[in-house]
Amino acid sequence: MSSVVPAYAPDAAGRLSGLADVTASDSALRRFLHGLPGVDAVGLEARAAGLGTRSIKTTAKAYAIDLAISMIDLTTLEGADTPGKVRSLCAKGVLPDPTDRTTPRVAAICVYPDMVAVAKEALGDSGIHVASVATAFPAGRAAMDVKLADTRAAVAAGADEIDMVIDRGAFLSGRYMEVFEEIRTVKAACARGDGSAAHLKVIFENGELSTYDNIRRCSWLAMLAGADFIKTSTGKVAVNATPANTLLMLEAVRDFRDTVGVQVGVKPAGGIRTTKDAVKYLVLVNETAGDDWLSPDWFRFGASSLLNDLLMQRQKLRTGRYSGPDYVTVD
Amino acid sequence: MTASEKTAKAGSTARTTKAQAARKAQPARGARQAAKETKDTKAVKDAKDATGTTEAAVAADTKETADAKPSRLSVFKTYKLYVGGKFPRSESGRVYEVTDSTSGAWLANAPLSSRKDARDAVVAARKAVGGWSGATAYNRGQVLYRVAEMLEGRADQFAREVAEAEGLSRSEAAAVVEAAVDRWVWYAGWTDKIAQVVGGANPVAGPFFNLSTPEPTGVVAVLAPQDSSFLGLVSVLAPVIATGNTAVVVASQKAPLPALSLGEVLATSDVPGGVVNVLSGKTAEIAAPLAAHQDVNGIDLTGASAELAAELEAAAADNLKRVRRPSAEDWSADPGIGRLTAWLETKTVWHPMGV
Repeated sequence: MSSVVPAYAPDAAGRLSGLADVTASDSALRRFLHGLPGVDAVGLEARAAGLGTRSIKTTAKAYAIDLAISMIDLTTLEGADTPGKVRSLCAKGVLPDPTDRTTPRVAAICVYPDMVAVAKEALGDSGIHVASVATAFPAGRAAMDVKLADTRAAVAAGADEIDMVIDRGAFLSGRYMEVFEEIRTVKAACARGDGSAAHLKVIFENGELSTYDNIRRCSWLAMLAGADFIKTSTGKVAVNATPANTLLMLEAVRDFRDTVGVQVGVKPAGGIRTTKDAVKYLVLVNETAGDDWLSPDWFRFGASSLLNDLLMQRQKLRTGRYSGPDYVTVD
Repeated sequence: MTASEKTAKAGSTARTTKAQAARKAQPARGARQAAKETKDTKAVKDAKDATGTTEAAVAADTKETADAKPSRLSVFKTYKLYVGGKFPRSESGRVYEVTDSTSGAWLANAPLSSRKDARDAVVAARKAVGGWSGATAYNRGQVLYRVAEMLEGRADQFAREVAEAEGLSRSEAAAVVEAAVDRWVWYAGWTDKIAQVVGGANPVAGPFFNLSTPEPTGVVAVLAPQDSSFLGLVSVLAPVIATGNTAVVVASQKAPLPALSLGEVLATSDVPGGVVNVLSGKTAEIAAPLAAHQDVNGIDLTGASAELAAELEAAAADNLKRVRRPSAEDWSADPGIGRLTAWLETKTVWHPMGV
């Protein structure tokens, strides 16, 4: 492949049409997904654990912390979200550490669709994106027109990114084409009037997919359908992002780029709370997908409490004194 | 296969590799158990008991070796830190040798804690603050009394450790341990009385109730005295936790063993994990990050030398920690309530009165 294009580029669709035969029919798609090599679960977990033992210190650690902060999708997805809470979260995203203006900004603020307008207004022209979950998040159990209305409302309110959930019921019962079409339709709904489109992140909910093989299949399915990002989980179930399932998805985006020349991003979400965890994920990215992915455009952390730990570690590196929760926000 | 056949079969198999079996049996089961089995061998054989067939076979086998009375393998204790209710080794993997204060003989290896152990201990202590400071004073008193009960039961062990650590005779050491137990009881009694003594209703010139109540400071780093490894340690630690604070204790550098054993007592006496965390190692190395730590609310410099104390006090000023400076102290004297009030903050509430 001569060059690589991002999944949201206009000619990405043309690249994907190279694989049009595998998505031509339900049976062709099933044949393709089931023809993907099986995952060596023990090997995968051992590799993920092995990469987690790298020691990242001093200047490399400072770089990793700043990079991780700039990759955060600062998230609040609670039933109790209020406009005030969203506004304070936005303020934190713009200026994570008021005691140190060299701290980078986060990548995006992730909220429910009805809070998009509030977040958009609070962020103004700061350059931070507003991501909105959609399609009946987190269960994804709603009629298709409801999901599309949900998506369109978020895009119309100004969302820059849409985090959709797939229909796990359809995927697990083998109706791959249905999931494929769902992603395609939602992607179409992300289009804005001016010809641009909100970026689409596709959430698999790995904890509900049961097997690594399913995660690999789902990754390819979503990328074939035109996802800009693939995301591990909603953060609402017991098993969320793990190093192993993120490694598997990183392998998928790497292989996908090698095959069709289209680059897709990865977003682990849920359960990443400490700087140590975040740095482990960055090592996975660098060693698996390569440093092309080491940017907020291609790798994100869906997190809320992670930012505080990163800030405390950053303060420690700057001052040499261990910081404490009294010096970051209570969120 | 019947049971007796099984015995015979197991027996013959074992006999063919007699030496092997004997070697295997001992380290695996522990020498004491093997010796006990040997004693029972005759009875088991006579009765041709069907139960425990393989044991019988092995026991029969060890009979000959038992005649030589194998000396028992020593079981050395691995002293570990006490952090967050668990007994971890130092994160650094380092240890240092602890020696007898008089003969200089090796006693044990103690963990040589690093600044990361200190950080982990502060995290554990911070986590425990809510539960411990929120417990009723009465409940804290009960828990501290329980510590005294547990110590009483292990008095012999502590007397031995204190004798080795401080070069005392056994009877002197036993007296020190008794004094330490009594000190726990004394502070246990203070938990629900200190508020009456240092708090109260203040007369004010206005239509208000004005009430002052003492509240715990939070996480307190305690540098235990270097000379008194047990009574001194108890005298500085007990008042910190009696008032509802949580503690990160840096044990005496040359005599940390009683402190590390105290961790085992605390773990079995209803003190919630994280309320007391015990670190051993070089006092100066561990104390520096604790004094500078932004999430520590107070530091007791009792175990620091004059120069070190000055340095730590300067580091502690950054987040306005409560600091208790070192001074010469007689640990056997009546302690008074000075160490209790050192770790209390007074909260004063104004409340409108009347209708």
